[in-house]
Amino acid sequence: MIEIIFESIPSFWPEITLSLTFVISMIVEFIVGGKGKKSTGMTTGLIVLLGFTVTILQMPFQDLEPRLLFGTMITLDPFAAFFKYLIVAAGIIVIVFSMQSHEVRRQETVGEFFCFIAAMTFGMFLMAGASNLLMIYLSIELVSLSSYILAGFSKKLKRSGEAALKYVLFGGAASGVMLYGMSLLYGLTGALDIYSIQSTLAAGMVVDVHDWSFVVLMLSIIMILVGFGYKISAVPFHFWTPDVYEGAPVSVTAYLSVASKAAGFAVMVRFFYVAFFDSVLDLGKWGSLPLVDWNMIIALLSVLTMTLGNVVAIWQDNLKRMLAYSSIAHAGYIMMGLVVMSDLGLTAMLAYFVIYFFMNLGAFYIVMSVADRIGSEHIDDYRGLGKRAPVIGVGFSIFLVSLTGLPPLAGFIGKWMLFSAVIEAHYIWLAVIGVLNSAISLYYYARVFRNMYLREPLNGDESPITFSPLVIVITILFIIPNIIFGVYFGPLISYAQRSVELFLQ
Amino acid sequence: MFEIGLTHYLIVSAILFSLGVLALSIRRNAVLMLMGVELILNSANINLLAFSRYKGLALEAHVFALFVIILAAAEAAVALAIVLHIYRTNNTIEADRISALKE
Repeated sequence: MIEIIFESIPSFWPEITLSLTFVISMIVEFIVGGKGKKSTGMTTGLIVLLGFTVTILQMPFQDLEPRLLFGTMITLDPFAAFFKYLIVAAGIIVIVFSMQSHEVRRQETVGEFFCFIAAMTFGMFLMAGASNLLMIYLSIELVSLSSYILAGFSKKLKRSGEAALKYVLFGGAASGVMLYGMSLLYGLTGALDIYSIQSTLAAGMVVDVHDWSFVVLMLSIIMILVGFGYKISAVPFHFWTPDVYEGAPVSVTAYLSVASKAAGFAVMVRFFYVAFFDSVLDLGKWGSLPLVDWNMIIALLSVLTMTLGNVVAIWQDNLKRMLAYSSIAHAGYIMMGLVVMSDLGLTAMLAYFVIYFFMNLGAFYIVMSVADRIGSEHIDDYRGLGKRAPVIGVGFSIFLVSLTGLPPLAGFIGKWMLFSAVIEAHYIWLAVIGVLNSAISLYYYARVFRNMYLREPLNGDESPITFSPLVIVITILFIIPNIIFGVYFGPLISYAQRSVELFLQ
Repeated sequence: MFEIGLTHYLIVSAILFSLGVLALSIRRNAVLMLMGVELILNSANINLLAFSRYKGLALEAHVFALFVIILAAAEAAVALAIVLHIYRTNNTIEADRISALKE
């Protein structure tokens, strides 16, 4: 037993670095931190930033030959590594954002903020590779617990506490239901790791379709789907999303909407793909679960998610809340890749995540910087912004056009890949609904353009708003990939393809 | 003699689970809703242990149950801290009356 642990440790260095980062930053915060000392929080932030940098530098040296670590707890393969790069890169960016954000810096306990970002990143790393029901549950809970705290971090704002309360109640309920589903699945198959679950179900001995055991199996899968649906904020488990995204500090919202969602998709894809697909005979069929058309169920969830997200976003006047609904809609688009579950669908999903990373983080960064300068996230306060702060206006327009999915920007390539994967699998109606949804989303994104460029400022104040050079530079750094991936996307797609091909069976 | 078997444990856990879901859906007091979550977690624990005991499986489910207990404690700590904070700012812990954020 002990040999297994020792053998696994060399492949586990990035995660070990992250957990050390968390522990060290916590200790530093206890020793040097304290109320009223402004500078200490930034020290902790720099330690976490250093830890993340060391982590990302270690990862290219990892041997990505698919294998299991710590018994069956964690799978290491290129698919997991892809998500880990995405998560730790988002972590670094979010720490840079938070160091500038007035909303975060105003807090007395800003150092702890960075500690919990480290804990959350560690949890998401485990989610990306989790291949045992125990590890899936533990990692989801680790991410959730850290994000409850982070969502309620702006202690002086009423809305932040409310966001945390709603998050903790909904998250607790969803993960409890998921745990109950896992216990039923364990009872049926007698196994906790997803590979044994697959082989037991494929052997067809435990579940008889004419028996109550089949009903229990369906029930357990639906319950597990509740937990995953909450993590990726799919309709009908999305109720927490708008409130939490609006109430949490902007940098936390950005992290939740990009990294937490990516990790949720990673664990969901791995669980369903490994446990329930008959990948040898007929790819894209839920081999272990006959009778019910699961592709259709996920397709319906995807349609509901993107339609609700886009339609409700039309009425939002708070930009953070609008982006929250838009991120629900994007979860719906990404679920289209899950419907197909072919190599093409998964490749499209992965590529979409990279593109979504740049456009969504960019949009949230603009909202954060503008809120820091003018103290508002309301759409009316963006009137005339295009003239008052040209770079910010252009940057925001580019991110929003990219989120809509119009050529020649990166968002178009992401949507195009998802739609073509869906069409190839003969779900043409799904692609049509996806295109219609993009048209709806253009409407509410266009409201922002109109306010920025075509309308006069609210109280006739046309004086330019100056942003620090750092804000301008970071905005431009986010604009560049949005344009580059729109015209030169070959390497991105081939990298996504490589990450899917070596998916461990 | 009446023999207690797997089914009885499963019925108890199903009842506990339903009570937890019921508490979450009809109670509006945040602390009572959290107790509903605890009920759900414990019902899952009963399931895990009963399956492991009566199907003669390995001890991994026991480890799972131990982890769930620890996590339930951690979650209660975080949640109660949030509830305390809510009480300080809003003077109530009724989930319905805390509504600065709305559609």
